[in-house]
Order: sequence, then structure tokens, then C-alpha cells
Amino acid sequence: MAQYAVLIYSPAPADPMEITPDYLALLERYPAQVEELGGKIVTGFALQPSTTATAIRGDLVTDGPFIEAKEVVAGFFILEAPDLDVALKIAKLNPATIDGGVEVRPLFVPPSE
Amino acid sequence: MSNAGTAAAERAVADAHRREWAFVLAATARVAGDLDVAEECVQDAYLAALDAWARDGVPHKPGAWLTATAKRKALDVLRREKVFRSKMPLLVEPAEEEAVADPDEDAVPDDRLRLVFTCCHPALAREAQVALTLRLVCGVSTGDIARAFLVPETTMAARVTRAKKKIAAARIPYRVPEAAELPERLDAVLTVIHLLYTTGHTAPSGADLVRADLVDRALHLTRMLLALMPDEPEVRGLLALLLLTDARRATRTDVKGRLLVLAEQDRSAWDRAAISEGNRLVVGAFRTGRVGRYALQAAIASLHAVAPSYAATDWPQVVRLYDELLKRWPSPVVALNRAVAVSMAHGPEAALDEVEALARDGRLAGYHYLPAIRADLLRRLGRQREAADAYRAALGLVDNDAEREFLTARLAEAINSGSGHSSEGWTTRPGAW
Repeated sequence: MAQYAVLIYSPAPADPMEITPDYLALLERYPAQVEELGGKIVTGFALQPSTTATAIRGDLVTDGPFIEAKEVVAGFFILEAPDLDVALKIAKLNPATIDGGVEVRPLFVPPSE
Repeated sequence: MSNAGTAAAERAVADAHRREWAFVLAATARVAGDLDVAEECVQDAYLAALDAWARDGVPHKPGAWLTATAKRKALDVLRREKVFRSKMPLLVEPAEEEAVADPDEDAVPDDRLRLVFTCCHPALAREAQVALTLRLVCGVSTGDIARAFLVPETTMAARVTRAKKKIAAARIPYRVPEAAELPERLDAVLTVIHLLYTTGHTAPSGADLVRADLVDRALHLTRMLLALMPDEPEVRGLLALLLLTDARRATRTDVKGRLLVLAEQDRSAWDRAAISEGNRLVVGAFRTGRVGRYALQAAIASLHAVAPSYAATDWPQVVRLYDELLKRWPSPVVALNRAVAVSMAHGPEAALDEVEALARDGRLAGYHYLPAIRADLLRRLGRQREAADAYRAALGLVDNDAEREFLTARLAEAINSGSGHSSEGWTTRPGAW
């Protein structure tokens, strides 16, 4: 099994307290769908809205997310899946893809000697 | 070692490189579990063949010899690095030990399909798909790929390396997609092959041999795909389209390399064998009742191929096929090609309205065929001054020498002929046909 970070992007400020009951219902169904497709969520987190973020570039501290964009990272989870095709199938079902999107990124594994 | 033996071995290796590379690499990749390792082992096997075949004679089945040798090398590498299961388990399948035990067995033909689908995986950028397909499926060197696509070799090498790293790191699977995903995934494969073809086809003939080779590679790949997926109407459609387009290859330029449009081409010099094979494939694809964009384009090409002359082409039928094509593939390029057919079926006036609408739409800004076709319609309507302006606009966008020369000649004609005389000329040939 490979491990992927699935980064969830939603329209700014991506406040988890603002999600609609419909979205919540989809979210509740999600873990079962993941399992059914042959994946496993190892761990996952939702983030406070991007208005609470603070960015540091060099020694400059600014208010807001690191990159100003219409969509911001709303959360992420670590997904275990046999290969990218399965991971993508699972990612496609994530409700974030309805009004935002997700990025699937393999975790780095240091090369073994 | 005799010189004759060496020469025969070299010929046999070159032949096996062209015909069996995909077969050998695909089978080795399944054992190696890593495309990089597989590629290296296959290269070594071809190198070893040069000596061994010169010494012992060319084996009865060169492909099987190469596959067995490359697989053995792959297993050596894996054992040496002790990474058989831990580091790169992604491509290795549970049943592998059996296959390894009998390295002389003919590889499952599906291996080549797996390789093609992996190279054209949607997680890879289109340009990476194209480069990987040429490198891994066709065995073309990175330098030759770079020359064909007019980029520096280092750029192409970096592109190939990046793509291979992504396949390994993200675990892009080495398998043929399931039925549910197949239409979409197959479309990506066909798009890549078609892109190879058009890249080679658009180059002026004779000017660049590497590019002419792309045309042959594309035809060879499509034939291989059809042999592996005989029930897919779109594979049949693509092969038909390539054959019917390529049947005109020799007549697309005159002796000086000047571009000849469809109307000017010597139809008696078209490759009749390619045309009849193409026509048979079109009929076969339509018989399935599941025609897609390639079969429809092939059907259009087929109408051109069988017409006694440009004027006597069945233009109303061409327009109907374009209508179907637009439904499945709502692209402005298709709409522009349809407008050319409309001009022949219903006159330049009707077509001009459609071309003007496409110009306002803006998606074809930068596409030189749009002003070139507009210029031709205006010319045929006797509006020479507007035609000249449109030819100038087209010249500002074109980057192919043969086409530039054609447009320059047409511009001079439009300036000289004023408003009265309009020579017996025909529309420029947009797109790949």
C-alpha cells in the first residue's frame, strides 16, 4: 500500500463551521466509501478558516494564508491505497470537489539502503 | 567472428529494436517493477545481442531471446539491490514467480497494452505522455524525440525523467484500465498517437527525416493497438484516419517543397492500397454502431479519398459527418473545418457567416487557419482587398515554411487581381487532412 496526502481546497475562507447540512451528510458517508474502494484513511484534520492563518516568508510575518488565492487549504488527510488509480477514485468522491478541489500527493519515503 | 556474421547481427538487432522493443520492455517492466530498471536492462539486452548473435547466429525468435535476457538482467538487479519486495513492489504481481521460472515463454501480449496505458496515464501531462510513449513504447532515443519536437535534448531528458519519477513515486499502476474507465483512458492513448502523427505530418516532407519517422511510428503504434484491442471501433477509426491521410503524403508538396492544397493534389498518385484499407476500417467501425470522433474524421477523409476531384466530392455528406463530429467533439477547429465543407456545399457566403462567428468567439485567436480560410472565402466572393488583409493576418501567425510560402503567393494574387478576376483556386486545407 502507498500513502498519499489528500489536500482539500475550498473557497476562502473555508470555515468548517459554515459547511452546509448537505455537505456534512456527504462527509459522513465518505469513510465507508473509502473503505469500499479499497483505501483507508490513516488520519485527517480540518483546519480553522484561512482568516486565522499567519504566514512567514523570510523574516516577514503577514496575516493570512501563505498564498493568496480564491481557494485555500481547508484540511487534509492521509490516505492509504494500493495505487494512484484507487487513490484518485477515492479523491474524486470527496465532497470538496463540488465547489473546490483536492490534490493527491504521495508521501515521501526516504530511499532505503 | 566473420564480418558477414556481424553485419547480419547488426541488421537483426536493428530490426528487433524497431519491431519488438515495446514487447521486450513491457515484459521486462512487469518483472523489474520499475520502468527505469527495465529500460536499462532492455538496453543491455540489445547490446548483448550484438555480440551473441554475431557469434552464435541470430536466434529463431529474436524477441523471445531479448525478453529472456532482459528479464534475467532485471532479476539480477533486483536480487543485487535486495529491493525485490520492499522498495518497488508497485509493478510486481503476485503471480510473477511462475512467469520468471520460465523466461522463454512468450510474454502476455497485454504487457504492451499496460505499457501504453501507463505512459498515457491522465496523471501525466500530455507532453510527458507523448515523450514517454516514444521513449518507452517505441524505443526512440531522447535526442531524436527532442529533435522531433524542436526542444533542447536536456529539456526532453528532464521531461522523461520527471515523468518516470512520478510514475514510481505516485504509484501510477502498470495495468490496463477497467471497462468503466476504458473509453476515457483509451481516448488519451489515441490522442497521444494522433499528436505524434500530426507533428510528423505537418512538417514539410523531406525537410526533416526525424519528423517523417514520427508518422511511421504513429502508424505502427496504431496497428499494434488494433491487434491488441480488435473490438475497439475508435482504434479502427484512428488507424483508418491515419492511413487515409497518409495516402496523400507524397502529393502534399510539389518538387520544390511548395505546399499543395487538397484541390491541387494529384489524385492518381494517392496510395490506393492505403485508401482501400482505410475505407474497410471505416466501414468496420461504423458497423459497430459505436462511432466516435476518430471514426467520423476517418469517414470524412474517406469521402475525400474516393472523390474523383475536389469539386466532385460529396460535400453535403461531408457537412453531415461534420455535424455528427461536432456533437461528439464540440471544438472550434471542427467547426472551422465544417465551414470549409459548407462553402463547397452551399457557397462561400454561407460559410463566411460561420467563420466570422468563430472569429468573434475568440477561442481560435492565434490559429492561422482561421484568417487563411476567411481570406479564401473572401477571395472566392471577389472581395480581394479584404482577402489580402486576411492573408496578412494569417501570415502573421503561421510558423511552417511551406504554408508561409503558400499564403504569400495567395496574398500576391489577391493584391494583383483587384476586384474582378478570381483564379480557379481552392480553399486551404485546414487540420490534418
